[in-house]
Amino acid sequence: MRPKQPRSNVILPDAGGSPARIGRRSLLGFGAALTGSLALGGRPAIADPSQESPPADAPWSQSMGAGVVDRPYGRPADSEASVIRRNVPWLTASTESSVSFSPLQDLHGIITPNGLFFERHHAGRPDIDPAQHKLMIHGLIERPLLLTMKDILRFPSTSRIHFIECPANGGMNWRAAQLNSLQFSHGMVSCAEWTGVKLSTLLEETGIKKEAKWAMVEGADGAHMNRSIPLDKCLDDCLVVYAQNGEALRPEQGYPLRLVVPGWEGNVNIKWLRRIKLGEKPWHTREETSKYTDLMPDGTSRGFTWLMDAKSVVTFPCPEKPLDGPGLYEIRGLAWAGTGKVKRVDVSVDGGINWQTARLHEPVLSKALTKFTLPWRWDGSPALVASRVIDEAGYVQPTIAELRKRRGSNSIYHNNSIQTWQVKPDGSVFNVQLA
Amino acid sequence: MFSSRKISLAACALLVAAGSLARAAEPGSFGYGKPATPAQIAGWDIDVRGEDGAGLPAGKGTVDRGAEVYAEQCAACHGTFGEGEGRFPKLVGGVGSLRDERPEPTVGSYWPFAPTLWDYINRAMPMPTPHTLSSDDVYALTAYILHLNDLVPPEFVADRNSLPKVKMRNRDSFIWTDPRPDTTAKPCMNACVNAADVRISSTAEGRNLTPRTTGPLDTMQPK
Repeated sequence: MRPKQPRSNVILPDAGGSPARIGRRSLLGFGAALTGSLALGGRPAIADPSQESPPADAPWSQSMGAGVVDRPYGRPADSEASVIRRNVPWLTASTESSVSFSPLQDLHGIITPNGLFFERHHAGRPDIDPAQHKLMIHGLIERPLLLTMKDILRFPSTSRIHFIECPANGGMNWRAAQLNSLQFSHGMVSCAEWTGVKLSTLLEETGIKKEAKWAMVEGADGAHMNRSIPLDKCLDDCLVVYAQNGEALRPEQGYPLRLVVPGWEGNVNIKWLRRIKLGEKPWHTREETSKYTDLMPDGTSRGFTWLMDAKSVVTFPCPEKPLDGPGLYEIRGLAWAGTGKVKRVDVSVDGGINWQTARLHEPVLSKALTKFTLPWRWDGSPALVASRVIDEAGYVQPTIAELRKRRGSNSIYHNNSIQTWQVKPDGSVFNVQLA
Repeated sequence: MFSSRKISLAACALLVAAGSLARAAEPGSFGYGKPATPAQIAGWDIDVRGEDGAGLPAGKGTVDRGAEVYAEQCAACHGTFGEGEGRFPKLVGGVGSLRDERPEPTVGSYWPFAPTLWDYINRAMPMPTPHTLSSDDVYALTAYILHLNDLVPPEFVADRNSLPKVKMRNRDSFIWTDPRPDTTAKPCMNACVNAADVRISSTAEGRNLTPRTTGPLDTMQPK
């Protein structure tokens, strides 16, 4: 077979104009069948995307693309440049002790891409040399250990998919609907496949003294962030992980090593993990007394509120993704529960008067984001769209009014209430709360 | 032959099971890593228990010395008298405010344990250069901040014995067992609310709080 002739001379979209223009004009006379062929002196028509007569080739269809390793790591398409984490500048004093929100409005599955996983740092993101990073395990154990990253990678590995959510996710909605955005109202939750060692394996290797009841876990960041975790939870399902969605942890997520405490509030999932100490009692660290405690209307506070209660949110439509005229749509959303699996999600389009059960999409995993959808024919009239999750234990996601009845509106954390989106006749969507 | 293969498979499975069981029960069976020596542990073991101050090191600090260190290391963010600059945390005030519309949780009004203050300053402050102050200076700062909050007299000297004895105002207001679930919603499906009662009580529309220029991309766009 003869090699094909190089074609680059005929496919440049802006090759001086005149031959191509003539060609296209002529072609219009001959009809669509000839468009793009080599019929006219081996010179194809230059595509004009505004011409809808198929087949119409765009410039990228008539040129050679970039070669392999043009982008050795890879990155999203240039047109996706607005799909990024964002912060709320007025929320915190500095970006180093702050939070960024995941763009849930642009995500389509249960796994959060590594570059879009929400961030919460208490003293900024450290850039750690893995060759120098070590994990110390000591306290009420038999064999105090110092482990390098190489040592940790030798232990039997486990991979599991779990969400992590900051307990302040939705905190800005405690008093009222404030930010008109899915990203800012719910973007402090993300989900990944985590790979590492079971914490129980490490603690069996060190041996546990029988007086031990609690673990103190500590990071290597400037905050030396530390929290107390009951030993039972450590032995139940905690993981010491070095990988996220198949690659090494991102620095923002704790590179080279972090703790994953499935179903529990984000800040106990200590990033940049450097030390685990077992003891008889909790430590009452600053991050479990002054912060991450829930102030009640009577002036008392709840401490050690680790569990992330069941929660769901409609991700389409949402303020960032309005509707485009009446017609058939798929309402889409995410649900999750710190207690286990999502059992059911109901959706209402009339402000909670009537509900329909949505379809859950596989996989439905314990303590992981779960996708749900419901077809909806929108007639263009005002609508109030909301979702409600029920977890395996039968717990039903409450309304904000129910939560306020119990907890007032000053507890900052653990707002897992039903989110209502108001859809206006022009298709625009607003964050609202119902009385 | 078939049955003997079955038997050997079963024997293999038993051996594997026995192996993993023995491993799980026996500390040190992987043998990875190195024993952490007492000297190494001493270097890393910085935590202090809030309730009784277990872990507080030797050393001490006065309120006066604390004022000097504070002016140099803390005042730029936390304000000359702990009032907080910008959105940086207030360290003082808010006493009696916890039931108010706008509560002010501070060391004086909210923190339950004084040793936790020493621990937090020691591990996390000052924010640009954390864990660089001497134990004495951390004691002095702790004494000064407690004094700013009228929790200790001006002659107070903070050390491992005195700090756990400081009675914090909010100490007994914490409930350390989680009472949730504290809502009992039922999953009603039809006619759950009267249509007339469906009323929007608040909306983000027109509030102008949603950030417009928050990421690197948005910064480039016209405001």
